[in-house]
Amino acid sequence: MNAADSLAERRQQAAKQGQWRRLPLIQDSRLRWGIVIATVVYLILALSTVDVNWARVAEGAGRAVNFLGAFMQPDFVSRQKDIVDGLLESLTMTLTSTVIGVLLAIPVGLGAARNISPLPIYFVCRSIIAVSRTFQEIIIAILFVVMFGFGPLAGMITLAFATIGFMAKLLAEDIEDLDWRQVEAVRATGASWLQTINQAVQPQVMPRLIGLSVYRLDINFRESAVIGIVGAGGIGATLNTSISRYEYDTSAAILLIIIAIVLLCEYSSSHVRRWTQ
Amino acid sequence: MPVSTSSQGLPVWRRRTTRAQWLQYVAWLAGISLFLLCWKTISDNTMWVFVEDAGRQGSDLISRMMPPRWEYANVLWKPMWDTLNIATLGTLIGIMMAFPVAFLAARNTTPHPLVRSVALMVIVASRSINSLIWAMLLVTILGPGVLAGIIAIALRSIGFVGKLLYEAIEEIHPTPVEAISATGASRMQVMNYGVLPQVMPAFAGISVYRWDINIRESTVLGLVGAGGIGLQLNASINSLAWDQVSVIFLMIFVTVLVSEWISARVRHAII
Repeated sequence: MNAADSLAERRQQAAKQGQWRRLPLIQDSRLRWGIVIATVVYLILALSTVDVNWARVAEGAGRAVNFLGAFMQPDFVSRQKDIVDGLLESLTMTLTSTVIGVLLAIPVGLGAARNISPLPIYFVCRSIIAVSRTFQEIIIAILFVVMFGFGPLAGMITLAFATIGFMAKLLAEDIEDLDWRQVEAVRATGASWLQTINQAVQPQVMPRLIGLSVYRLDINFRESAVIGIVGAGGIGATLNTSISRYEYDTSAAILLIIIAIVLLCEYSSSHVRRWTQ
Repeated sequence: MPVSTSSQGLPVWRRRTTRAQWLQYVAWLAGISLFLLCWKTISDNTMWVFVEDAGRQGSDLISRMMPPRWEYANVLWKPMWDTLNIATLGTLIGIMMAFPVAFLAARNTTPHPLVRSVALMVIVASRSINSLIWAMLLVTILGPGVLAGIIAIALRSIGFVGKLLYEAIEEIHPTPVEAISATGASRMQVMNYGVLPQVMPAFAGISVYRWDINIRESTVLGLVGAGGIGLQLNASINSLAWDQVSVIFLMIFVTVLVSEWISARVRHAII
């Protein structure tokens, strides 16, 4: 009889005597207590090194109230032109970057699927994915703003680059677990590589690809609201300006618009995904 | 019908009806026009002179970054520790707040539909706004520093953890819940013994996953003044010290890879 069995036995005995206790999430008691002790030690260390300027926090309380008040009466009007310009720029960036990113992600995704691509290509494509996924959009945006100058082009290239990593990874995973019998059937007819991809692989991954593209559109819009902070165009620049001018009513308006558009995107993308599947 | 007859009277297979075919053409035309229109807007707002020398700028940038100033890494340990703290403490606070919100938002555990819609609203608001924007707001309110970063990460995590957790709660087996309530258990007891054990593994997995994403996000929070290694990044970029920037990039790259690995291992062990 091994240890786990005897433990279960003892637990049953205890339960019969009315001393039932629920099963712990982590079975091994040493590991459980180890994790608890490590957490406590970490928390003590972390909280002792976090230095907070409480005087400054107290001073900010008034601003917090102002800000919450601004949410109650957002000001859409006084900076209307800036908001509309920023939004249009964000939306155009979102659309173009998603289209370009998805188009570029398809070959990378095909190359990164182990079952249809040779090893050297696989490694190249996987490293492209790794680099594109590790860095935050905003870090990539900094580099592209230096290279391409301020404005929406740098933002668009940033978002397209980030889209490549995201889409290619998920596409490759999808291709890797597709139904191989269909590929064999098409190959048996003497189809070339391109024909196999087009007739056997593409129909199987298409619904998911469309769903993911719509999802990425949604993510790209959210990100386009941020990369403006480093000068890559879009609504983020407008938001940044309004916050640093302490015009909280305008920033509240921008945030509400962002939330509304994201909600709209999410709602329509769930519809599109249901429709394609 | 997709099947039509050819001039010789033989049936010809077609994939779509004529109407569907035309609709598809129109959809493609509309899509491509929209894309071109957007592209034109962007192109109008771009200084193409700057774009033309992008290659030169890029290679110049790389040559400035290239021998990284390794001794700068010694300055970075404290900011890196701050970054880890922002991510971890932020995740902890975030999951503590997300936990009740998720129970209020799940269809099968919510006390009232009205409460559910409020909880869903909280989740959506938190999810739509990037942690960098939260940080920007909090820095003006609380002043620059680690605290603003921690709260920004926490606020952003509520939506993510809340959404995934409430979906997990909605997918639980109803039978254990029925069994517990058949013993005459109160509402809280049903939650505690019927629902909680079923969602606990999912909850732990989601939290670790969010922690890994938060490490990634907390590396850039310093750009708006919310503490961590991003402060050093911002300072180095502003002083054009690209050889320091490359050290920071490498450090972020390694940290993100390690946190991703840890999170994958833990999630693998749980699920």
